[in-house]
Amino acid sequence: MRGDLSHHLEIKGACASYGRIQVLKGVDLTLGKGEVVALIGPSGSGKSTVLRMVMGLTLSTAGEIRLDGEAVNYRNPASLRRLRDRIAVVFQQYNLFQNMDVMRNVTIAPLKIKRRPRDQVVADAKRVLAKVGLADKLAAYPDELSGGQQQRVAIARALCLNPEILLLDEVTSALDPELVNEVLDTIRGLAAEGMTMLIVSHEMAFVREVATRVILMDDGQMVEAGTPQDIFDKPQTQRARDFVGKILRH
Amino acid sequence: MLERLADEIPRFFSWSNMLLLGEAMAITLAMTLVGCVLGFLFAFIIAFTRQVPGILTLPFRTAAILFVEVFRRIPFLVVLFLVLFFIQAVAQGTSLFTVAVVSICIYSTAYIADIIRGGFESVARQQIEAAQAMNFSRWQILKSIIVPQSWPVVLPPAVAFMVGFIKDTSLVSQIGVFELTFRGRELNNMGFSGILVFGTIAFLYFAISYPLARWGQWLEKRLAR
Amino acid sequence: MNYTFQWGVALQHLPGLLEGAKLTFIIGFLTFWGASLLGLVMAALKTYGGRIARRIVGAYVIFFTNTPALVQIWFLYFGLPDVGIVWDKFTCMLIGLTLNSGAYLTEIIRAGFISVRRNEIEAAETLGFSRIQQVWYVIVPHIAKTIYPALANFFIVILVMGTSIGSVIGVQELTSQAKDLATVDYRYLEVFTIAAAIYVVLTFVASITLALVGRWAFRVKAKIF
Repeated sequence: MRGDLSHHLEIKGACASYGRIQVLKGVDLTLGKGEVVALIGPSGSGKSTVLRMVMGLTLSTAGEIRLDGEAVNYRNPASLRRLRDRIAVVFQQYNLFQNMDVMRNVTIAPLKIKRRPRDQVVADAKRVLAKVGLADKLAAYPDELSGGQQQRVAIARALCLNPEILLLDEVTSALDPELVNEVLDTIRGLAAEGMTMLIVSHEMAFVREVATRVILMDDGQMVEAGTPQDIFDKPQTQRARDFVGKILRH
Repeated sequence: MLERLADEIPRFFSWSNMLLLGEAMAITLAMTLVGCVLGFLFAFIIAFTRQVPGILTLPFRTAAILFVEVFRRIPFLVVLFLVLFFIQAVAQGTSLFTVAVVSICIYSTAYIADIIRGGFESVARQQIEAAQAMNFSRWQILKSIIVPQSWPVVLPPAVAFMVGFIKDTSLVSQIGVFELTFRGRELNNMGFSGILVFGTIAFLYFAISYPLARWGQWLEKRLAR
Repeated sequence: MNYTFQWGVALQHLPGLLEGAKLTFIIGFLTFWGASLLGLVMAALKTYGGRIARRIVGAYVIFFTNTPALVQIWFLYFGLPDVGIVWDKFTCMLIGLTLNSGAYLTEIIRAGFISVRRNEIEAAETLGFSRIQQVWYVIVPHIAKTIYPALANFFIVILVMGTSIGSVIGVQELTSQAKDLATVDYRYLEVFTIAAAIYVVLTFVASITLALVGRWAFRVKAKIF
């Protein structure tokens, strides 16, 4: 098994609500260095909220999140900044900045936020964009690109932040079926390089292939966790059997 | 009637009268421009203040909202008199032109602040979240994301407001600023026919307002592209 | 600042100011309905009329929206007597404001006409609605819903901007009353502050009422603030 056992990112008893609706009812999760953990489960089960909570975009109402053993205080700007400095996220809807071209989208944060030298950032950006197959689209604006291309730019943007952990939130679910593979290929490459990732996905075949561990969520709770083989081939709980049965029938 | 007009027209369109009206037009334009540009600046500060959450900025936010809501509900004429009497109470000898500019500034701040707020709110929340997740500061988000994305939404109505306000500045004649409407009333008092005088004044306003309004519409189409 | 506020003195003028507020509301109300009727006819002509009718309405709108209401009213009040038409100041103001507001309302109502979609009418036709039923059940509710927020907003504009112009020719509405009563004992700042407060309350009550009416009658979420 890849990855060491030190818990890089640790979520303990996390709860979160949107208004009166409680969407997370106590989630525990660990992510070791080099691990690829996949969150699966029906829509509305709270998978994406877990990622939003890690990034501090949704505040948890209970529980704690630790990074390298140190609790993150999301109400403290400095603590939140340190976390966001090390973790990057790719959104379902890409969320590329509409007013910037591809190169600007990828370089703005390394240049303006991390204040790294320009020639190094530009060289980095070109290399990463070439890796995701977009070396010829540097001057294009997001609305001139297909969904798959936009999503690959979004991945490149996240990678250029040199994150220690990458969060991927249903990165293929907004894409047309024929565009899904170009994005998945990019992620496969990252997994092969040993990038630590927390993935929310509906692509079960893909999850089975790249994930080191799979967590099944339902109704804001974790139902079952284990290796892909455990979850998909011999699910332990009735809920897991139902869910796996449903997706395998597809 | 026609003979009277025929008699008056050469006298009315005299060189000195035209110079007088030209100067009045310049004053009308100058006070609208200065007042509205300052207003835009303050409006931007107010709109930004309303965006900053937290208990510390609560008094500022409340003040900003109150300012916008109150001054949008008071006639410009009343604002003008309030400013006039207030300034006279605190600083005698201030020019009436300054009083007019301050009033225009207050009024346009209230209106444009609301326009800018609408523009800020039109920026998709996900764009801001993406920036937050990349550690952009509030100021950087404003500068790099919100302003560039909202100005096509903000600019057309803001320009329309400013152009429309050129006409409303005619009320400044009431405190005695020598702008276009004031000069019209003066010429009318000198005995020139009301039809001739106010027809001409209306035409001069039209000559300023119509091209600018068309330019605003062109701008809107171009930005909506 | 060596100005001592004397609210007690100024508050004695409250009844007079409220009297003015009543007239302000009446003028606003009459102007709004007159202008709406005018705007409805003009919008219908501009949308469905012949080429010449459309041209004339277009010229009316462009002229009246690009010149100040004050100049238009002065034209009526000081200009028309030259050709033998003498109206009292109240009539002049009402006609002037109605013509002015009517031009803006033409555009608002026309936007409602244009928004009626062909396929909605076709749907009604296929459901076997008669022509009158189509108009009553499909077209009118659609237009009402589309333009209600803009109409409600414009009523406030008339109530605030429009009516205060009356003070310029001496119609005894709120601003005019404030001007006169302030001179009685020179409490300008206090009297105008009270007048401003009355304007805020008046328009606030109007805004809330219109928002509630809109919610009940047309299921529109009209913005109160």
